[in-house]
Amino acid sequence: MTTSATTTAHTHGGAAAHSDTAADTRTAALALGDDALVLSHRLGEWMGHAPVLEEEVALANIALDLLGQARILLSMAGDEDELAYLREERAFRNVQLVEQPNGDFAHTIARQLYFSTYQHLLYAQLAAGTGPFAGLAAKAVKEVAYHRDHAEQWTLRLGDGTDVSHERMQRACTALWRFTKEMFHPVTGLELDRADLESAWLESVREILGQAGLSVPEGARAGAWRAGAGREGLHTEPFGPMLAEMQHLHRSHPGASW
Amino acid sequence: MATAAAHRTARTEKDASRRDGGVSDDAALEAYERLFDATVAADERIEPRDWMPDAYRATLVRQIAQHAHSEIIGMQPEANWITRAPSLRRKAILMAKVQDEAGHGLYLYSAAETLGASRDDLLDKLHTGRQKYSSIFNYPTLTWADVGAIGWLVDGAAITNQVPLCRCSYGPYARAMIRVCKEESFHQRQGYELLLALSQGTEEQHAMAQDAVDRWWWPSLMMFGPPDDESAHSAQSMAWKIKRHSNDELRRRFVDICVPQAESLGLTLPDPDLKWNEESGHYDFGAIDWTEFKEVLKGNGPCNEQRITQRRRAHDEGAWVREAAAAHAARRLPRTTEAEQA
Repeated sequence: MTTSATTTAHTHGGAAAHSDTAADTRTAALALGDDALVLSHRLGEWMGHAPVLEEEVALANIALDLLGQARILLSMAGDEDELAYLREERAFRNVQLVEQPNGDFAHTIARQLYFSTYQHLLYAQLAAGTGPFAGLAAKAVKEVAYHRDHAEQWTLRLGDGTDVSHERMQRACTALWRFTKEMFHPVTGLELDRADLESAWLESVREILGQAGLSVPEGARAGAWRAGAGREGLHTEPFGPMLAEMQHLHRSHPGASW
Repeated sequence: MATAAAHRTARTEKDASRRDGGVSDDAALEAYERLFDATVAADERIEPRDWMPDAYRATLVRQIAQHAHSEIIGMQPEANWITRAPSLRRKAILMAKVQDEAGHGLYLYSAAETLGASRDDLLDKLHTGRQKYSSIFNYPTLTWADVGAIGWLVDGAAITNQVPLCRCSYGPYARAMIRVCKEESFHQRQGYELLLALSQGTEEQHAMAQDAVDRWWWPSLMMFGPPDDESAHSAQSMAWKIKRHSNDELRRRFVDICVPQAESLGLTLPDPDLKWNEESGHYDFGAIDWTEFKEVLKGNGPCNEQRITQRRRAHDEGAWVREAAAAHAARRLPRTTEAEQA
């Protein structure tokens, strides 16, 4: 079951002396928190629609882990519900990859493969450091290792399954390739060895695609938008309707508690 | 103990009849029956490899399968609100709940499989309308408060029905119910707490909670099934100790529990005839609309078509994924063997 780390303390009070650092931490928390929040929401859309019951459980489990991470991260940046429900599209800082619609199961798995591989490497680096995200990352890295394994296993099954599944998986990997550069764009407040992160990611993804008999997509990894667009609040069209659905009820009752 | 003695006698007779070279098949069957009856009478469990009457097996498969189907169809009305949950805390609670329901479906299909059924076959029966699921899930979730009303009333009714099943004579079902009931009572408390927050919230929130309770109250009472004098399977199920209490008995117990809870929620129940009966020590309540119940069971409820269509679509659209997994597993098998040999 989920080990959401909601109880982990977030210490953002009384840091006036280091206002730059505090502001930077909030910026980074928002970027990482939005990634987790948005992907969790997309996975939540699968519930009741998965191809087998075991996947209803697995996708929900991953969605819950991500939501737990999002709640901690958003709380480091402010009030979790205010941030989730009262910001407009232009104020969200998630990468465009996570807001992409679920598509078919292969599409969802390709998105999970790209993102969970990144998130696993990222949290491993953060957990090894001493920055403000080390505690969260140390806890979350175990959850994310499971997400990565789940995505890798399905990439192998679909890539090396039937002709139909192979073709669908290849199409999905290719379609989402142009959103993968953005994960390695610099984020203020995140101390990382970005080059190492990106090369480890490329190596791992190439390895899994190879094992699955899939070819590594050849196109650009940054798409039409310049890399980093999502981090600046520039999103793709499907994101607006997603937020409209997510925020509707909360916005209809200003100031209410639930 | 009387049972231990009965077991010994039955086994001796059974073994004797075998040694006789099958002369007395009838005697063997009788011995099996006696052992079965003695086990049930002693409140012991029937296990998968034990002999059991065909009708007992069939009744259990039907009941457990319908229970499993209810868990997975029951994910839909609640999943309808996951993407719109009004706070992140509530969203996490709801996701965890729907996930638990998928898990309950899995335990229950496993319990049914111990009786020789297969999950694929049972799902096929659900998809083609040959097996049913609880009529309650054919009602729509129209507001966020419905999520609370389902937790409080629908899960509450389910628990009232299911707690006695923890002592059901069939071991695997009884053990599945112990796990299910623990999680269900947790969900029920969360539903109550959700309604309480709404009831004590703004005027609009209070009205939303009241409206949801008004719509879910009567369908929840119908979850206990037809009145005792019209319940086709009741007498046999009670004799077999699959069921422990009659429909009307459980329904009355549920009403007795809910009335004070509604009061502490600050909400009313939509029944002008509901009142305490000093003499019986129970609440009297109004007549249930059995015509509506029968229509919903026949497939004419508000969401029957939608629910089964979504379930079928998820299954059909997932076919290529299941085929891929099977093909991959089949290809992996010889490879692993070769690797092991090398």
